[in-house]
Amino acid sequence: MPPISSDLEVRIRKRFPNPEGTFNLNVHFRALAGFTILFGASGAGKTTVLDCIAGLIDPDEGRIAAGGEDLYDSEKKRNVAAWKRRMGYVHQDLALFPHLTAEENVAYGLRTLSAAERRTRSRKMLDAFRIDHLRDRKPAQISGGERQRVALARALVTEPRALLLDEPLAALDRPTKSLLVGDLRQWNQHHRVPILFVTHNGEEVFALGDEVIVLDAGKIVAQGRPHEVMRAPRLETVAHLSGFENIFDATVLALSEARGTMTCRLGSSGVELETPLVRAEVGSRLRVGVRAGDLLLATESPHGLSARNILPGTILRLVQRDVIISAIVDCGGTEFEVHLTLAARDALQLRPGKAVWVVAKTHSCHLMGM
Amino acid sequence: MNWEAFWLTVRLAGIVSTLLVAIGIPIAYWLTYSRWRWKFLVEAAVALPIVLPPTVLGFYVLVALGSRSPLGRWWESLTGHTLAFTFEGLVIGSLLYSLPFAVQPFAASFGAVDRSLLHASASLGHSPIQTFRRVVLPLSKAGLVTGFALSFAHTLGEFGVVLMVGGNIPGVTRTISIDIYDQVQAANYSSANQTALLLLIISFVVLSAVYGANRRAWAVGPWR
Repeated sequence: MPPISSDLEVRIRKRFPNPEGTFNLNVHFRALAGFTILFGASGAGKTTVLDCIAGLIDPDEGRIAAGGEDLYDSEKKRNVAAWKRRMGYVHQDLALFPHLTAEENVAYGLRTLSAAERRTRSRKMLDAFRIDHLRDRKPAQISGGERQRVALARALVTEPRALLLDEPLAALDRPTKSLLVGDLRQWNQHHRVPILFVTHNGEEVFALGDEVIVLDAGKIVAQGRPHEVMRAPRLETVAHLSGFENIFDATVLALSEARGTMTCRLGSSGVELETPLVRAEVGSRLRVGVRAGDLLLATESPHGLSARNILPGTILRLVQRDVIISAIVDCGGTEFEVHLTLAARDALQLRPGKAVWVVAKTHSCHLMGM
Repeated sequence: MNWEAFWLTVRLAGIVSTLLVAIGIPIAYWLTYSRWRWKFLVEAAVALPIVLPPTVLGFYVLVALGSRSPLGRWWESLTGHTLAFTFEGLVIGSLLYSLPFAVQPFAASFGAVDRSLLHASASLGHSPIQTFRRVVLPLSKAGLVTGFALSFAHTLGEFGVVLMVGGNIPGVTRTISIDIYDQVQAANYSSANQTALLLLIISFVVLSAVYGANRRAWAVGPWR
């Protein structure tokens, strides 16, 4: 029988020493049934949050509750042992038991059931995760993607009240990833438990998240639906993580409420950008983030374009990364990074020193608080 | 060749190393997982027999087993004779003498089990004891075999403790190493040589078996 749908409520404070002094973890959030992404750079405290929820480490204070039951409450001096919490936890390094076969690994958490029942349930789960053919093999004898499936199946078969996944897709190639995510989604349609999914990969946030929580240096800096948080990042941490290659200090020069736009000057240079209107005053300082992939380059001054920002400049250098050309363009003292294809570079005969125009749509310019 | 002494010694070593598996596992478990701040004192006490002269250890064991100590009196009231200069007394002395040779490989192998496996086991609803039984022990097989074999080989060759605690009673406490000593005292060198050679070969075979079974595990010592 599937467990009753249960919210996860987490309020944690924890201090511990780290190389830079003291790390302060202070988070408070609620995860409903479905995927909640914990997003942040490494060292932001994501894994510590999962460890606290699983009961593997103790917070200094706070409260952790699942489905209304307190698992940890510093005020009531309550701290349920990890093995009684019924949390499904898939560790980053999977932690499959090397001395047990895939089937024995999956059946491990079904301790209280009869041997026959254990067998039925673990076979069913192996089948659902398409690893039935591996059931007699030890972890060392199966591939990375299959190991990932075994680890997930082992956690899910116990029907946990919540699922904690620490970068479970990090080592997988893209097709394997999406297949696995599909299986996970299907499982959760029946079970409806909160799934806390830790990642530092922006792509996974869009692919999975019903809700994303952005952690930075132990604090929640943004929270909401992925497209809201990631597409319009008002915080620089989110911007860096979500792939804004261009981030500038800017000063508001003029507001045009009727058009829903405003004009900003970048840094101390003379470069002006038209951006979407946000709640700001003339003279206020903020930051503008632009993705390198959202910028265009032209070799002649463009006419008849809808884009409002057309900035003359000179190519400083071209760097090839994989199949992407990263062009650094100097526009009146402000450097822009623009991403191009190899074909575009060749067709436009781009080289350092060449005069170009950088084109940016108003709505490609994202404003962030300082 | 004194076969009586030989078989007595093998019996002693077999009993001691078997008992040490039973006694050593809980001690090693505690040493591995306890967070008690004074744990290092217990670690040092367990390791003492490695550095202590066997006569010192033997002396204290003899005192502890004698009729003036509570343990000795209790045993005497139970059986009618003291523990000193008996086979049972020899077993107790040897248990202490070989304790670190069992406990240290046990503790080292328990400690080498990846913590993330213990965490995974806890998340899957297993108590620490269940986790120990189903994950730690099976993954520590090499360490258990090593501890058993080392304490067996170590007991086989003990001399000082045996002499202090057991004396030299044929068929009761005269072990093979004491027999060698007796033969040398009696200038019976060829017999001493035979016995010594046998002890050397057995010890070498046991240690080779241990190192062979753990080929990849060690770089330096048998238990680190």
